[in-house]
Amino acid sequence: MSENFILVTGRTVKQASGLHKGKDTDAYRRAVTVVEMNPEDMARLGIGEGRLVRLHTSAGQMEAPVHAGALPLKMVFIPMGPEANKLVGPETDGTGMPSFKGLTVEVEPA
Amino acid sequence: MKTVVENVTCTFCGCLCDDITVEVEDNRISRVRRACANGRGIFLDYDPTPKKPTVAGREVEWEDAVAAAAEILVRADSPLIYGLSSSACEAQRKAIELADLIGAIVDTTSSVCHGPTGLAMQAVGEPTATLGEVRNRADLLIFWGCNPAASHLRHFERYSLNAQGTLVPNGRRDRTMVVFDVRPTATAKAADQFFQVLPDSDFEVLAALRALVQGKEIESDSVGGIPLGRLRDLTERMKACRFGVFFMGMGLTMSRARDINVRELFALTAQLNEFTRFIVIPMRGHGNVAGADQVLTWQSGYPFAVSYARGYPQYGPGEFSAVDVLVREEADAALILASDPVAHFPHAAAMQLKRIPTIVIDPVVNLTADTAQVFFPTCCYGVDAEGVSYRMDNVPIRLRGALPTVRPTDESVLDAIIETVKRC
Repeated sequence: MSENFILVTGRTVKQASGLHKGKDTDAYRRAVTVVEMNPEDMARLGIGEGRLVRLHTSAGQMEAPVHAGALPLKMVFIPMGPEANKLVGPETDGTGMPSFKGLTVEVEPA
Repeated sequence: MKTVVENVTCTFCGCLCDDITVEVEDNRISRVRRACANGRGIFLDYDPTPKKPTVAGREVEWEDAVAAAAEILVRADSPLIYGLSSSACEAQRKAIELADLIGAIVDTTSSVCHGPTGLAMQAVGEPTATLGEVRNRADLLIFWGCNPAASHLRHFERYSLNAQGTLVPNGRRDRTMVVFDVRPTATAKAADQFFQVLPDSDFEVLAALRALVQGKEIESDSVGGIPLGRLRDLTERMKACRFGVFFMGMGLTMSRARDINVRELFALTAQLNEFTRFIVIPMRGHGNVAGADQVLTWQSGYPFAVSYARGYPQYGPGEFSAVDVLVREEADAALILASDPVAHFPHAAAMQLKRIPTIVIDPVVNLTADTAQVFFPTCCYGVDAEGVSYRMDNVPIRLRGALPTVRPTDESVLDAIIETVKRC
């Protein structure tokens, strides 16, 4: 079963401190390969804490473990970085800026 | 022997905290005080040991790497120079000189950060002030689409919420804090009032606030998921404050409407100055992204997305911005200065960057450097080199080097490439 969510990407402290360790380190990879979701959404989709979810957009797809977070229903958060960017399309609407926030993504248990 | 260096500046984010103390032992920083969790790694995880540059992954002498970089740039029909924002103004100036020399497109991380803010500024102006004024005067702080509790960890302490100032001697008790965001962030938890905006509805909420400030009636009961009564109350609070500040972030620039959102916020800020003093400060991410805007503007007249292909600067967000020229496969070579677009661009743009010959100048091996044809491991401004960076409020800060400069600077590498290109 899959559902559409709104994706927001952004800075986290773990992402920032991980990049100083090196982007080839496990600390960085773990920091940017995670999906936060409202616990009610997790329950409805039957996804337990730490289980893998798959996210799709027209730009691409990625998989990451899911964790409960303080988010509105039907919204997921992924730290900024190469994993989240697999889902981000390159269209900039004439501004130079892609849509890193507010994308519609399809989410399903992996 | 251990030495202590005081008043060092952290260059991680646009706060440019210049009160950092570091301890140096055996030419490494062994301890850092007052740096936040986001910034302390700049000092503690950086290895200043000189390393040789690489060409095609193999170590070479510096002059050979410079020759290889110059050859790539001279052969290219449409080279792209990108990044700049984590380097110092001295190197940014050289990067633009190189772009002018070879007819390159030059773009900074602003285009995937506050580029839309620049567009809004050009359209309606930017009522602004320094963080010093905010610290000493501001009694109403409104954070919109930004989360300094994760991105600018000492902002509250040094400049805003908790800072004690001349006209706000009791710090937090003298200030009211309001947050607008699509999710209840850690920043929202620190606020007196949190307004949860429906995704992609910031423009509607800002337009409603502008209407309410003008005394116009709104028929709807709520706007963007927020009850109208709450927006009315906030309007009165904004008009009645002594000194109000909007701090705005990527929540406005990266979501639908981008620069149109920011334009509405800047127009609202200007409008509020009919009643009181109100300003807006963009929360700049990279340590010297504000400097990149400044240097490119004083060199070319434009803040980002500039092409020198015709021998004079042309401005074109959407046309000459890095993501666009990569995805359209227009750039056939790239020089990346102090940034990591492979990690931070949409996948399609990052993949194209891997397909063209790329030169990277950076203190550390990042994902872009990992696939570069030529890589120059340079020093880190503010750690082992002096330079100038601009804080998020466009105040220039002189960076002190805590360690002796042993590695080449970004500026010296760019200078060597420029001189070699001139001889080609």
